[in-house]
Amino acid sequence: MSRLQQELEAGRFVVTGEVGPPKGIDTHELDHELEHLKGKVVAINVTDIQSAVMRLGSLIVSEYMVRKGFEPVFQLTCRDRNRLALQTELISAAWVGIENVLCLTGDHQVLGDHRGAKGVFDLDSVSLLQTVNLLNSGKDLAGNALAGAPKLFPGAVVAPGLEPMEPQILKFEKKVAAGAKFFQTQALYDPRQLEAFMRQVEQFKVPVMAGIVLLKNVGMAKFMNANVAGVFVPENIMKEIAGCPKKKLKQKSAEIGGRLVKEMKGMCQGIHLMPLGWTDIVPDVLGHAGLA
Amino acid sequence: MLVTEEKPIKEILGALEADKKLFVVGCAGCPEGWETGGPQKVAELADKLRAGGKEVVGTTMIDFLCNKALVGLRLGRCIEALKAADAVLVVSCGIGVQATAAMVDKPCHPALNTISSAGFQGLWPSSERCQQCGECVLSLTGGICPITTCAKSLLNGSCGGSHEGTCEVEKNRPCGWFLIYERLKALGKLDNYKKLQPVRNFGKMDVPLKHRSTIRWALEAKEF
Repeated sequence: MSRLQQELEAGRFVVTGEVGPPKGIDTHELDHELEHLKGKVVAINVTDIQSAVMRLGSLIVSEYMVRKGFEPVFQLTCRDRNRLALQTELISAAWVGIENVLCLTGDHQVLGDHRGAKGVFDLDSVSLLQTVNLLNSGKDLAGNALAGAPKLFPGAVVAPGLEPMEPQILKFEKKVAAGAKFFQTQALYDPRQLEAFMRQVEQFKVPVMAGIVLLKNVGMAKFMNANVAGVFVPENIMKEIAGCPKKKLKQKSAEIGGRLVKEMKGMCQGIHLMPLGWTDIVPDVLGHAGLA
Repeated sequence: MLVTEEKPIKEILGALEADKKLFVVGCAGCPEGWETGGPQKVAELADKLRAGGKEVVGTTMIDFLCNKALVGLRLGRCIEALKAADAVLVVSCGIGVQATAAMVDKPCHPALNTISSAGFQGLWPSSERCQQCGECVLSLTGGICPITTCAKSLLNGSCGGSHEGTCEVEKNRPCGWFLIYERLKALGKLDNYKKLQPVRNFGKMDVPLKHRSTIRWALEAKEF
C-alpha cells in the first residue's frame, strides 16, 4: 500500500507536491526539485504531457523517482493514448512499483505546442478510473484474465472554481462511482470556493486535497485567469504581488501560498502544492501554514 | 444517403422505461431508402411498442427530418398528440433526432443507429451534426450529441476545461456537455448525467464493403 493511501485511510492530513518533467533529456533541474521536496511531502505528482506540451514521460520519471526513494503520483491522461496503450501504461507502472495514479481526461491538443496532433480520447477520466479498478481485479477491458494483477491507488481531479458548480458535483459523484479513491483540486485562491464545494461533496466521504499553484508574478496570475479554466486569482492577491519588489517575489509567493494553505487546511483532507519549479520555497510555504 | 440500422427493440424499450405514451416520427428520406424506416417500418415499430406495453398516441412521416423548419411545420399539425405524449421516438439518422429534439419540449429517443459513411452524405441543415458513430446515445443526453458537440467527443463529460458553459478549445464555443446538462435539467432528467457510459466501439467508424456498394439505390452496374 502506498504511503499516500495509508495516510489518507488513517484519516491523517496529507501534503503532496508536483514536478513537471523537462522538455528534453536534461534532468538536473528535476533532480534539484526532488531534493527540495525530500521529506516535506508524502508523495509527488508527475505531470503527463501537461497542457499538451511534449515532455519527458511521466511513467519513466515516476519509475525514476521510485528508484530514488520518492513516492510518485503517476498522472495519466487520455488525450494521447488509446485504451490499449493506457492499460499497458497502468500495468507497466504497477510492475515498477508505482501505486498512486491520477486519472485525467487531458487538455485538448490545441492548447499545447503540437496543435495539429490527433487527439485520442478513447477513454476519459471516468472510464480510465473504471479501467484501473478492472485491472486491479485481474481483468482487462476486453474481459481477459491478467497474468498478475496490479494494485493501483486511483485518484481524480476536480475544479471547485468552475462555474456552474452543479455539473462539477455530479461529475465528482460519477468519479466516485467509477472508483476514485482521492481527489486533488485545480488551483484554488479563494477559501470560500473550497468551503462551498466541500459542503456539497463531504457526503461522498472521499478525501479531497486542495490544490495551490505558487504564484510567481502578476503576469502568471493574469495568464491563468484568462486561460486556465476554473482558476481565479482574486484582485487583492494580484495587487499584493504587483506591489512586491522583484527580489522579494519568492518570499511573497511563499507567504501567500502559506496563508492560503493555512486557511484551507481545516476544510479538506490534504493540500496539493504545484510549485511550477519553485520547489525551493515549499518548506517556507509549509512553515507559514503551520504544516512544517 | 445516410446509412442506418435498426436498434434492437429491447434497447429501445429499455430507453423508454419511464415513458408510457409515445409519439413516433418517421423520416421519409434516407431511412425509407435504406429500409430501416418509412411508413411500413414505422407501423411495425408502433405494433412492437404496443406489444411492449406502450401506448402510441400518434405517428407521422416527415419528408426530411434534417430540416428543422420542416419538422416544426409538420409537427405543428400534430400538436395535440404531442402534448399527450411522454416522449417521442424518432426513426431517422442522428441529425433528425437532434432536429426533432430541438423543436419539441419532450424527451426524444432514436430508433436507429447511424452508421459511418466516412464522408459527406446527407444534409447539414444547421447546427446539428452526426458523426455516424453507430451507437446513438441521444436518449441519454436529451437529444444533444456529445460526439459532435464536445471537442473531445467525451461520453462522460464535461471535462475540466468547461467554464461558464464554454469549451477550452475555442473562445465562445459552447461546451457540448454544458448544453446537455442544461437540456437534461430542463427535461427533469439530470440523473442521466451521472450514468457511467460504456466505452465506444470505434470499429463501427470503419465502413464495411456492404455499405460501399451503390447498386442498391443507383441501379448502376456493380462497382465492388
